[in-house]
Amino acid sequence: MRLWAEGLAYAYVPGRPVLQGVSLEIRSGETVFLLGPNGSGKTTFLDCLGGLRAPQKGAVSLDDRPLAAFSPRQRARAVGYVPQFHEPPFNFTAWEVVLMGRAPYVRLLSQPSANDRRAADEALGELGLDGFRSRPYYTLSGGERRLVLVARGLAQGAAFLLLDEPDAHLDPANQHRVLQATGELVRGGLGVAVTSHSPNNALLYADRVALFAHGQILTQGDPHDVVSPGPLERAYGIPFVVVGDGAGPRAVLPALT
Amino acid sequence: MTRPRLTWAFLLLPLPVAFAALMVGRYPIAPGEVFAALTGGEVAEIVRQLILRIRLPRIGAAALVGANLAVAGAVYQGVFRNPLVEGRLLGVSSGAGLGAALALLLYPQPGVIQALAFAGGVVGVGLTALLGWAFGAGVLVLVIAGVLVDSFLSAVLGIVKYTADPLGTLPAITYWLLGGLGSVRVHDLLPLGLASGVGLTFFLLARWRLNLLTLADQEGEALGVRVRPMRFLVVGMGTLLVASAVSVSGMVGWVGLLVPHAARAAVGPDYARLLPAAAGLGAALVVVLDTMARTLLTAEIPLGVLTGLLGAPLFLVLFLRFLRERGGWR
Repeated sequence: MRLWAEGLAYAYVPGRPVLQGVSLEIRSGETVFLLGPNGSGKTTFLDCLGGLRAPQKGAVSLDDRPLAAFSPRQRARAVGYVPQFHEPPFNFTAWEVVLMGRAPYVRLLSQPSANDRRAADEALGELGLDGFRSRPYYTLSGGERRLVLVARGLAQGAAFLLLDEPDAHLDPANQHRVLQATGELVRGGLGVAVTSHSPNNALLYADRVALFAHGQILTQGDPHDVVSPGPLERAYGIPFVVVGDGAGPRAVLPALT
Repeated sequence: MTRPRLTWAFLLLPLPVAFAALMVGRYPIAPGEVFAALTGGEVAEIVRQLILRIRLPRIGAAALVGANLAVAGAVYQGVFRNPLVEGRLLGVSSGAGLGAALALLLYPQPGVIQALAFAGGVVGVGLTALLGWAFGAGVLVLVIAGVLVDSFLSAVLGIVKYTADPLGTLPAITYWLLGGLGSVRVHDLLPLGLASGVGLTFFLLARWRLNLLTLADQEGEALGVRVRPMRFLVVGMGTLLVASAVSVSGMVGWVGLLVPHAARAAVGPDYARLLPAAAGLGAALVVVLDTMARTLLTAEIPLGVLTGLLGAPLFLVLFLRFLRERGGWR
């Protein structure tokens, strides 16, 4: 399957577009990182890709069907969204939060079925969260919370998962846990789009990278080609150097001047 | 007790409480006689009349008022993502107060008072919803619109009170606003019962999906929820519950705020359990309070006063607990 956007344009304020003609494709079984400076349009693009914001020009389609033609329930069964923050006013347990992912399958006047409960159990299990079932959400660490939200997206049963900065505010070990877990899901056939401010996470975990600047995609393709000094300097406006070019791990750093 | 068992215990609590309340009063009645009166058995006519025509309607009204206020409070706390709100947030009580005051001023018949109070409550929330919808239907906008409507209607109520006869109508308005179930008769139960039946049935069936309204708007939409229509439907049903309760009981505060928190502490925040538990606990609590209101002194204590006397200290405990849980105010 493929989730693809063609020629998306969006402006919060008329005359000041945050997206101008962005086209991108996410296929099943791949992780696509969206990089780019603050305000370059990544998050707006992700919202459009998830059908949470209607683009003013262009369209998002799932295979051959425009996403705008889906009902909210149908859309939620196809595309899941993992927000950066989730602040419930009450202290739900991890399992209760994950079960909410079954919303597109539960009718207005009915309760989650045994099937829905099983899906929530399985999603927790798949992310190694079995022991967290009855833990209140507010007692979880930042990394555990993020994993619970990924599990909720998984319980949604969607073919594509969109993650808004899943590596923000996490220590390196937790960033690794979250992105490795989504990597596992991608190997199982899920399609994943991730916004991030970490070029090095893109090098580590992405199959493809799209680099945003000023509401457009500057360049997209293989992580090694995109996350390199030339494109990064054009996007972020400061020089970068590559560390560990060649075999083995590789990283980019701002060049000290 | 496990949480599901506790939920059932709370839900069924009103039955024994109501039975006990039927026995209590200026004329105490033995359990056997109460049972006989209820089941059509052998019992003195005066006892039968007292049970079926006086105490049962009043206790039934108390139970419905309690369940309605508690359920609406629990729902509004989730919908407005704020643990410190209750069902009267959106102008329903000032609207109902104004309706009742107008009826007392112009046409003081029991049925008219109840009808106008109900209509006033619905109009109050309707104004809030219109304002809120016009400005985008966000949570914050609705709350601000509610505050605006509430203070405006309260001011109009002030005008009505000011023009009312200080020897006849003004005390009647004041007593009505203090809240009480002393004047409830069998025929008052029909509209309250109908509105409660519709509203409580809706919420008990839709209870799990109420969890989804506690999410940020965008999160809910990502899960396929039509957030804004759902929010208006839920506020509409909540209004039905609160307006029908207030039109019979007058202003009864605190129940809608405290009972949901007590229920949440016992069975957790998941609406699948919270809602039945809150309904049962609210019904039982108001039956107990109303029984105290009619028996503690020779004269009736206004129910709204009693809930306030009890509610304020309870709220303090709750608030301190809340602070400790969250590790401070934020």
